[in-house]
Amino acid sequence: MSYHWNWKIFWALTPEGTGTYLHTLLVGLMWTLATALSAWILALVIGSVLGVIRTTPRKWAARLANGYVELFRNIPLLVQMFLWYFVFPEFLPKAMGDAIKQMPPPWASFVPAVLCLGTFTAARVAEQVRAGIQALPRGQQMAGTALGLTLPQTYRFVLLPVAFRIILPPLTSEFLNIIKNSSVALTIGVVELTAAARAMQEFGFQVFEAFTAATIIYVVVNVGVVFAMRWLEKRVAVPGFIGPAVQGGGH
Amino acid sequence: MFGPFDFGVILRNLPYLLKVGMTFTLTLTALAIVLGVFFGTLLAMMRLSSIKALSLLATGYINLMRSVPLVLVIFWFYFLVPYIGAWIIGASRPVQVGAFLSSVITFSMFEAAYYAEIMRAGIQSVARGQVWAGYALGLNYWQTMARVVLPQAFRNMLPILLTQTIIMFQDTSLVYVLSITDFLGAASKVAERDGRFVEMYVFAALVYFVICVAGSYLVKRLQRRIAIVR
Amino acid sequence: MRKLELPLLLAALALVAAPVLAQDTGTLKKIKDTGTITIGYREASIPFSYLDENQKPIGYAMDICYKVVDAVKAKLNMPNLKVALNPVTPSTRIPLMANGTIDLECGSTTNNAERKKQVDFGMTYFVIKYRYVAKKSAHMDTIADLKGQTVVSTAGTTDIKALNELNSADKMGMNILAANDHPAAFLMVETGRAKAFLMDDILLYGLVANSKDPADFHISSASLGLEPYSLMLRMDDPEFKKVVDDAMTKLYKSGEIEKIYGKWFLSKIPPRGIVLDFPISDSLKKVFANPTDSPDPKVYE
Repeated sequence: MSYHWNWKIFWALTPEGTGTYLHTLLVGLMWTLATALSAWILALVIGSVLGVIRTTPRKWAARLANGYVELFRNIPLLVQMFLWYFVFPEFLPKAMGDAIKQMPPPWASFVPAVLCLGTFTAARVAEQVRAGIQALPRGQQMAGTALGLTLPQTYRFVLLPVAFRIILPPLTSEFLNIIKNSSVALTIGVVELTAAARAMQEFGFQVFEAFTAATIIYVVVNVGVVFAMRWLEKRVAVPGFIGPAVQGGGH
Repeated sequence: MFGPFDFGVILRNLPYLLKVGMTFTLTLTALAIVLGVFFGTLLAMMRLSSIKALSLLATGYINLMRSVPLVLVIFWFYFLVPYIGAWIIGASRPVQVGAFLSSVITFSMFEAAYYAEIMRAGIQSVARGQVWAGYALGLNYWQTMARVVLPQAFRNMLPILLTQTIIMFQDTSLVYVLSITDFLGAASKVAERDGRFVEMYVFAALVYFVICVAGSYLVKRLQRRIAIVR
Repeated sequence: MRKLELPLLLAALALVAAPVLAQDTGTLKKIKDTGTITIGYREASIPFSYLDENQKPIGYAMDICYKVVDAVKAKLNMPNLKVALNPVTPSTRIPLMANGTIDLECGSTTNNAERKKQVDFGMTYFVIKYRYVAKKSAHMDTIADLKGQTVVSTAGTTDIKALNELNSADKMGMNILAANDHPAAFLMVETGRAKAFLMDDILLYGLVANSKDPADFHISSASLGLEPYSLMLRMDDPEFKKVVDDAMTKLYKSGEIEKIYGKWFLSKIPPRGIVLDFPISDSLKKVFANPTDSPDPKVYE
């Protein structure tokens, strides 16, 4: 009853007959990266706007942004995934809902997955951006005002350029999180890396080879991102500033 | 297409959702906290150890766990733990590990890697002089750790440990991929059986939201309290 | 400090150096040692193995399984043998059988030559045909109607494999989706995310009958071939397989199987009291007369 290893499985053809199992995994990796990158762009845009709003003097706007962060941080990612996929289209006008549901695959799963991961991660990015801005000395904003800059100009030319540099390390770990979290999209049918490994297990029957390969690929991607970001951090580092320590935990 | 929002379906299935689903989720969370913090603390101590091999082993484990998605880890453990069990006790056949026990092991071992990093920061936040003072009093390594360093480390790190725990509570929903009946699993079974997924998923989101917000609020209060004492 | 950390190192070493001993392995021995037999069940394989309104697994395969459990009790002389239940999905059932989490799978599992290399099967207890379900309004009935459509099936099944093979062999240009389990796949057709759901015909009848508007759906008359269902067991365990086979053969020869069949396929079944009205097919009659565990579809034609 012990386990029979068979590492040659990666070169065996899949039942579709279109390629090897290794090829399946690499296509899965491509979808993992495509999902993560698209969602990341969305998260950066929404997160930055929200993060900035939370530091502005407009009380009601800040409260609204705080509400967004609370909402998206306190519902499990998987539940949010189901809400976007199953529930959201039912609340739209029927024609629009049907149009979303009938997008050809993989888009009908990919689009909700990106929206879900993007809005989810935006809450976390907003938290980092806010912390980054608040970590700057108050004098910076006053200096901006003293120079005759408007509030938006102060943010654009004084606060944000520095804030973004000092929150680069926590943003890196959020980016790593979004890559890992993209695996949750398998529950709504995105055939990303974990799903590809699972499919390989189902048809090739070699569970542990499939999962070992997926694990190695994730580790390699992880290490690659970390090195790329270290290089970027060094290039844009602002002497004298150390990033704020927003300890939020996460996966 | 699915008609108006039907509160009845929630009420009718409430006993099942709470008794079966929520009980599973809460028990799993509680056990995983206890075991996760225990193994996490061990891992942190190993990582800070002056024995290179131990430190490397712990670092490797922590980094591995932190770079792989939880979904993949859940699959890994569900299929692998019986073989590991057989290997540890020396049996020649895989040891039977049920869905619940397997989930407890998965979350304990996965969270241990996250708790370890938090505990490491906690241990390092305790002044070096405290360790020396412990040794000067004639305490050995374990005594110093247990009576001097760890109590302070826990105290410093409590808010972060609890925040991580709230995240873990949310993450237990991922056992859905194994068809295990946790709270979300129960909700999705009712949703699929009765075709009422709008109601069930919105309700599930609401329940998670209320619990997590209440939890974060308590953590914040605790944080303020600890801050005043120090 | 160095000396004092020794216990930790030793503990780690003890884990690594755990000895591996050889001993007797059969499932019967395992059941005897643990006093428990673990059955893997499905949540929505109507009427084979599914959850009733109290979320308890019931069904045709479950009834057969409990007969097998009775035989195991008699064989081991353990009247108080505990029966544990563990949910499985098409994706998890084979690894969970291999790693000892379940001892007997009572669901809707196809017995084929490829799977026989990983697991073993008892006697065939049902014969299905691959068909697909679509909305009536889509007017689909033949295999050719699937051309260029979005078609869903359940991950980890032989059906999705057949679908993939059809797609590449006949250049059908279908978009194939994989769902986690049958209800999720059916939901995709119901909500218009997929045009058709290819599955074992009897499961489709069960899903349609239990849906909100059974009249909305049509099950294709065209089929993609047939497959035998059986209880899944661990590989290389002739002792246990014999107990299962003997129990099933006895069930068939005594005619008791027809009562069980009637209960699930010809009468009202929970949770909604629908009747599937699915008489015993000729291939299945042959199996009941001459029990077989053959994975070869030709045997059943």
